[in-house]
Amino acid sequence: MDKTPEHTVRAYGEELRRLRELVARMGGLAERQVADAVAALIRRDAEMATEVMSRDAEIDALEREIENFCIRLLALRQPVGQDLRLVIAALKISHAVERIGDYARNAAKRSIVLAQQPTLGSLNGFQRMAVLVQEELKGAMDALVNDDAARASEVWASDQSVDEVYNGIFREMLTFMMEDPRHITAATHLLFVAKNLERIGDHATNIAETVYYAVSGTPLTEERPKADSSAFAVVRPPA
Amino acid sequence: MSSTTESRAAAQPAASFGGMQARSSAALNDTVRVAVRNLDFFYGSNKALKGINFDLPDKQVTGMIGPSGCGKSTLLRVLNRMYSLYPGQKAVGEVVMDGKNILDPDVDINELRARVGMVFQKPTPFPMTIYENISFGVKLHERLSKPQMDERVEWALSRAALWGEVKDRLNTSAMGLSGGQQQRLCIARTIAVRPEVILFDEPTSALDPISTLKIEELIDELKRDFTIAIVTHNMQQAARCADQVAFFYLGELIEVAPAAQLFTAPKHQRTQEYITGRFG
Repeated sequence: MDKTPEHTVRAYGEELRRLRELVARMGGLAERQVADAVAALIRRDAEMATEVMSRDAEIDALEREIENFCIRLLALRQPVGQDLRLVIAALKISHAVERIGDYARNAAKRSIVLAQQPTLGSLNGFQRMAVLVQEELKGAMDALVNDDAARASEVWASDQSVDEVYNGIFREMLTFMMEDPRHITAATHLLFVAKNLERIGDHATNIAETVYYAVSGTPLTEERPKADSSAFAVVRPPA
Repeated sequence: MSSTTESRAAAQPAASFGGMQARSSAALNDTVRVAVRNLDFFYGSNKALKGINFDLPDKQVTGMIGPSGCGKSTLLRVLNRMYSLYPGQKAVGEVVMDGKNILDPDVDINELRARVGMVFQKPTPFPMTIYENISFGVKLHERLSKPQMDERVEWALSRAALWGEVKDRLNTSAMGLSGGQQQRLCIARTIAVRPEVILFDEPTSALDPISTLKIEELIDELKRDFTIAIVTHNMQQAARCADQVAFFYLGELIEVAPAAQLFTAPKHQRTQEYITGRFG
């Protein structure tokens, strides 16, 4: 695909390149937000969490910039073919990344509360989830930047392990709460953080799906592999 | 050779674009009005069309796009044998209409041109009245009484969305009409002989945007009764008007697909490069 010739109208080619860069930058920013939110949680660092919260505005601003840029491209260039698919993908991806930013901010906000609560367990699962969803997000963005449909399809199929870690955390938190009701505040916040990370993973796979269509022109149609079974979990208080 | 059939078949599953679905899928199942088979065309020793195979589906609009010199206008000229006016031009292969190869020497060319009408890039009204512009062609093929002719003229002008604008001045010169009106007059003149197929060779390239939209609206209207082929350099026009679009390059048919498919996810790299403006 890298043999695609340049646009006859150079300014148009430049604009499409800039659009890609904007989306990639937004994705990079979101990756960092996810990493920092979880780092703040693990280090019990409220200051870092506050920084994450305030940086979310940058992601929101980028989303607006990308949206305006896409509307402009659609109106003035009337893109078709791969260019049209790229512009539509940029719109969808920026929206998904904005949601990812919101989840990261929410995780950061909860880690401020959690810093004042007694620690619960090792939080290794959170670290693991954060690494996994960052990889997904990075993979999806790399696929977009390099026009790599195979990479996109790999990311799309890889969310299962995130779901598995999430299920583990879910059970662990239930156990803490059953052991001692004083754990409920922390455990509930941690559950939400885990849920946020799980949602981030889902958005990352959606981005991969969008990238796949933008690059290849054919949609990914089969059912995505999923492993979140927490919806079926039942607990009973000890007798 | 069979690449056209393949790309049409392959296009089928992706042809679901919301409201456009009916339009796209309709292009795939209808009866074939004109079938072009293994068509080669020569300007002297220069081969301008190479092994073209494709169909004009009945009562559908087929758009033909491609860079200058790709053979799209040549193909249009084969469809009503316009080329046979010129020495040294030769078509080899088959163009089948109603089971008959129209390239056969025994085909009555005048009758063929009544069945396959053509509208050109620049409006070409005859230096006659508006009425006579329409009746002239009809008289060549049919004997009609005065009231019948009046009726035919009104019908043709109405179908060409011009009747309301000219009904009070049918006996004034057609040269007094605006460019857009003249082009619609030419369309009326073409449909007055009730053809089966209408060929449009860049019909709006000399018109302003509003006149262009009127012609496009008219094409959409006319496809209820006629099979239409339109050559255009304006890709947005092909996207707006055509049910299926054929992309030609250097005398070859590269790809033919429903318009929504061709302009969102074309199968061939060359098509992609051309429609997105990456043509070297």
